[in-house]
Amino acid sequence: MNATLPPIASSPRRGIDVLEALRGALSALSANLLRSILTALGIFIGVAAVIATVAVGEGARRQVLAQIQSLGANLLIVWGGSATMGGVRLGAGGRSNLSWDDAAAIAREISEVQVAAGSIRQTFQVVAGNQNWSTTVLATEPDYFTAHEWVADGGRLFSPEEAAGGRKVVILGATVAEMLFAEEDPVGHEIRIRQTPFEVIGVMARKGQNPMGQDQDDTVFVPYWTARRSVMGASRANARQVGVISVKVHEGENMAAAEEAIRTLMRQRHRVAANEPDSVSIRNLSDIQATRDASARTLSALLASVAAVSLLVGGIGVMNIMLVSVTERTREIGLRLAIGARRRDVLAQFLLEAVMLALLGGAAGVLAGMALSHILADVAGWPVLVRADAVLIAVGVSALTGLFFGFWPARRAAHLDPITALRHE
Amino acid sequence: MTALIETQGLTKHYPAGDGVVAALQDVSLSIAPGRFVAAMGPSGSGKSTFLNLIGCLDRPTRGSYRLMGEEVEALSHDRLADLRSRRLGFVFQSFNLLPRADALANVELPLIYRGMPRRQRRERAAAALAAVGLADRMHHRPTQLSGGQQQRVAIARAIVGSPDLILADEPTGALDTRTGLSIMALFQALNRDGVGILMVTHDADVARFAERVLRFRDGRLKADETQNAADAATALVALPEADAAA
Repeated sequence: MNATLPPIASSPRRGIDVLEALRGALSALSANLLRSILTALGIFIGVAAVIATVAVGEGARRQVLAQIQSLGANLLIVWGGSATMGGVRLGAGGRSNLSWDDAAAIAREISEVQVAAGSIRQTFQVVAGNQNWSTTVLATEPDYFTAHEWVADGGRLFSPEEAAGGRKVVILGATVAEMLFAEEDPVGHEIRIRQTPFEVIGVMARKGQNPMGQDQDDTVFVPYWTARRSVMGASRANARQVGVISVKVHEGENMAAAEEAIRTLMRQRHRVAANEPDSVSIRNLSDIQATRDASARTLSALLASVAAVSLLVGGIGVMNIMLVSVTERTREIGLRLAIGARRRDVLAQFLLEAVMLALLGGAAGVLAGMALSHILADVAGWPVLVRADAVLIAVGVSALTGLFFGFWPARRAAHLDPITALRHE
Repeated sequence: MTALIETQGLTKHYPAGDGVVAALQDVSLSIAPGRFVAAMGPSGSGKSTFLNLIGCLDRPTRGSYRLMGEEVEALSHDRLADLRSRRLGFVFQSFNLLPRADALANVELPLIYRGMPRRQRRERAAAALAAVGLADRMHHRPTQLSGGQQQRVAIARAIVGSPDLILADEPTGALDTRTGLSIMALFQALNRDGVGILMVTHDADVARFAERVLRFRDGRLKADETQNAADAATALVALPEADAAA
């Protein structure tokens, strides 16, 4: 027999055969399939939890962002403080001390301000044909729509002449249009507010709920002076009164500076003594939203850290099973070392096994997390958003978990003494 | 011609309890390439320690060892691993095959650590299996093979990298007489093709097939004899039928 094979051209500086190591790792994992699955389960649950919680958190954040945008950017709302009547201070929500002229003064005198629109609202039963609906009538001027970045979806907004001239025109919010006219286009029809007929000239674009949960589309808009004359009864004392002033600050201007300027101006106009509190309160709705946004972030950070703990537990499971595996395969390791494996070959083999274990768990976890997110979206109706970077991070982190928790067992395998290992029973 | 193995005052001490055990003391010898050498002695005589040192699995406490002229004791772990994969092949008493892998994959294993491409590796492993008479058992797993066949797979694994020396530790220890003889016959055939063999055994019946016998006792080389090796193939034919049945 010819037993001697041709000599091999030696390549002393060789790398690690990754493909072969990968094949070996897969075969080792499938040899103990149930054990591998149970071990990967820890990582699986951790990753699925991370993906789902991040998706829910992100969805909530997006919703908040959308609400901020629906309010209009750079918007300040000036609320009247309580008016003082003969030394009696009326509570908030009582008679407002803001007037139409305050709005005009803000627009005129404060350079940061783009527009300032006063408005006043009151609830009425509105009637169209044989339909009627109780809704908020908001009396204002065209600048209001600029401040709130609100446009008409059909028809048009008031012209300045209509606003000033007391024309009986009305613009319907999307909800009201639906309630009174259903499928029909309301533009050109007539509705009655307190017996007074108004011509519908437009329908607003749908804006949805505001952050307080009120339907912003359940409103009809009429020109301020029209309302004061014909619908909202006005006495001499309150004929120029407005409930709130919507102020839009120029893009890029400092909101806080504008706020301060408005405060000062209102103190002057309302003749507030130096030791008295401000006559108005100003809300920067973006600030409120930023706070809510921050709390949504905190919540998802909290959930994510819980998920991270479960990933840690999963990692310890991987380490545990890898240690068991190294012990079980001590003879195999001894043999590999004897027939020419370097320490780094053995290290790579076990490290790869741990990484594969964690990565397979992680990949399955990503799929389960995405499925869970969709179930939450469909069943619970939560806004969820699975972001690609969250998926990549989750997969990366599970690989790192395998690497981190697999390193010690793999190192232990690589540093076994081949003689002792070969004698291991 | 460079000696395959050359040792000078090779000594190995192991720590044991308070003191040290002198597992091997002052062994100086030289083995030419392509020889079939048996190391004999009772357990604890130092023969296994000698084998481990020659196999570059262990480092001597003192003394020097050259393998094909290469000084071994100063080498790093990686260089030793490289030396083992290029120069040496191991055969164990308990075969040490990977149970999950078939014969071919087991034989391929050393070539993976030499960075050989897969196709070339498989061809070579198949040739090695054919050389030990297992061409028809390539895709059997160790559990589907007899003890003798498993040892043949292990021998194929040892020769697949074209080693200068096969190190065999009690290669027939787990086999019956007939199978043991057939393994010896295989060793002699490989040896005739130029592969050196260093075999550790406590069994004189096995040692007679070597052409040189090193006798160890209490860690020292007591005797170094050349002999006329018996022919294992002949012995196999001469074996009584009753033994064959067993």
